[in-house]
Amino acid sequence: MTENPELAEESSMPEKDILAEIDAVDELPTAPPKRRVRLSWLGKASAAIVALWLVICLIGPSIAPFHEMDIDGDDGFMGYHTNEYGTFYLGTDYLGRDTLSRVIYGARNTIGISLASTLLAYLIGITLGILAAVKGGWIDMGISRVNDAILSLPTIMLGLIAIAWLGSSIPVLVGTASIIYASSVFRIARALGQDIMVQDFVEAAKARGEGVWWVIRSEVLPNAAMPLATDFGLRLVFVVLFISSLSFLGLGVQPPAADWGSMVRENLQGLPYGSYAAIWPALAIATFTIPINLIVDDISAKSGGSLASKMV
Amino acid sequence: MMKKMVLRRIAIGFATLVVVSIIVFLMTSVLPGDVAQIILGQSATPETLAALRKELGMDQPGYVRYFQWLGNMATGDLGISKAGGATIESLISGRLGNTMVMSGLVAAISIPISIALGLWAAMHPGALLDRIVTFGTLSLISVPEFFIATILVLILAVELHWLPATTYLTGDETFLEFFKAMAMPLITLVIVVSAQMIRMTRAGILNVMSSPYIEMAILKGVPRRRIILRHAFFNAIGPIVNVIALNLAYLVSGVVVVETIFSYPGLAKLMIDGVQTRDLPLVQACAMIFCGAYVILILMADVASIMSNPRLRNPK
Repeated sequence: MTENPELAEESSMPEKDILAEIDAVDELPTAPPKRRVRLSWLGKASAAIVALWLVICLIGPSIAPFHEMDIDGDDGFMGYHTNEYGTFYLGTDYLGRDTLSRVIYGARNTIGISLASTLLAYLIGITLGILAAVKGGWIDMGISRVNDAILSLPTIMLGLIAIAWLGSSIPVLVGTASIIYASSVFRIARALGQDIMVQDFVEAAKARGEGVWWVIRSEVLPNAAMPLATDFGLRLVFVVLFISSLSFLGLGVQPPAADWGSMVRENLQGLPYGSYAAIWPALAIATFTIPINLIVDDISAKSGGSLASKMV
Repeated sequence: MMKKMVLRRIAIGFATLVVVSIIVFLMTSVLPGDVAQIILGQSATPETLAALRKELGMDQPGYVRYFQWLGNMATGDLGISKAGGATIESLISGRLGNTMVMSGLVAAISIPISIALGLWAAMHPGALLDRIVTFGTLSLISVPEFFIATILVLILAVELHWLPATTYLTGDETFLEFFKAMAMPLITLVIVVSAQMIRMTRAGILNVMSSPYIEMAILKGVPRRRIILRHAFFNAIGPIVNVIALNLAYLVSGVVVVETIFSYPGLAKLMIDGVQTRDLPLVQACAMIFCGAYVILILMADVASIMSNPRLRNPK
């Protein structure tokens, strides 16, 4: 910002009238300078794994050797084998479907639903949080009290109550998860918003006569972006754990759709017979969530923040 | 000062419980189709429906039913399960004990382990053991409870044949049998809860370690071990007690998954069965017990951290 030639030129010309100067200030880039995040080798490796899963999410069906619902294996709970339909690298599940293909298809459901829920939670949480911070007064009071009530309950209980009430379907899952996790996003967004609202540059913008939405868009959001991005990672992990736990309990994604949580559940009976069909989807979850947390840990350790302590 | 804060916190906790009860109550009354219809099913005629609604008190306005329901709950009348028609008290009574035994054992094992490991890691930050503990606990809190349980079943039950994979409690087993049956769910929960507690203990100690009086002790030449055990630990007791209460509260969600995996006959298993059959009176009762326990434990955590602050305890 300080290297901006326009500003230097402007201040060297004192005869310019004050209005033109204010105009010039307005034209300055409003976004803060980009903060570079340097990851450790562990962080870089983690980022690569997460990226790989996201790619699998996108192109999964075209690289999976079988369809998720095709029963092509010789028998249920078999290990590596080849038959006239192809090779079953990770063996078959309890019905004789290819485990590898189901893990690949499952990525779409598990990561897709979690990502959608987290994004929705962010949309709700940030909108309400910044609204509460900017407007204050009874709006802030009202939203905060409801929020406290949601936060003071165990998430899995809220999920169970919602599913007992509405039955289990993907919209109910996404809706429940996004409302539950919007409450923690709200708290962070509100705190960040309140911090930023009392900064001098916001006061200056207000004094210039900028509207509420301009202040939010140009001053509050860019400054809150970095902490919120790290928090997004943490929240996504929580949502993955929440959704797959419900699926594991048989209350989430319903069969025959492939989902990592329900795949562990349906193949658990094969474990005593030496089938690893339940282990692979469980490992898939771990290789998605652990790297995300490692990246978040890396970033917050570098930026000296206390985000790691929020991981409870 | 402190008394006022504690009372205020208790009042908030009570208000939360009231909100919880309203949410749980609304869950049944907003349900599509009413209970009378469900009970009578195909044989429902308008007359029998009206009679049953009257019998169930459903012709009364919502807030009256809410207070009746709340009154019944407070006096221990939890209603009748939709499946089988048994009273909910009879279903819950035995299960509640099992869940409490499990939670008590988990707490008794994991609290000393976590504090010891957390302290040890904080004494040698950056050392190999600290890095292993930090990485290990981060990984453990990043995976679902059923992941840990599945891996444990694979290792301890399938490969090594040390322990049974499911829990059967008949009530007349010997101590060793009882312990063997409980072992798998117990180990899983201890790992889940300890991972969080170790991290929070370590963070709590390191937080105290950055205060000026510790810097003074370091400059004085006091060995690090002594600083932690004599100076930092006592000031970190408040946060650590807070951590313990918080984690016992997190046990609530761990218990739900772990009891289901190992078919442990506890309250959480009962609730999941209730959700699957959509037995709402049963779910209501279990949800109230779990949420109540959770709110009370969080309340205790907050009160503990208020009480442990000497400035609030001894006002000038």
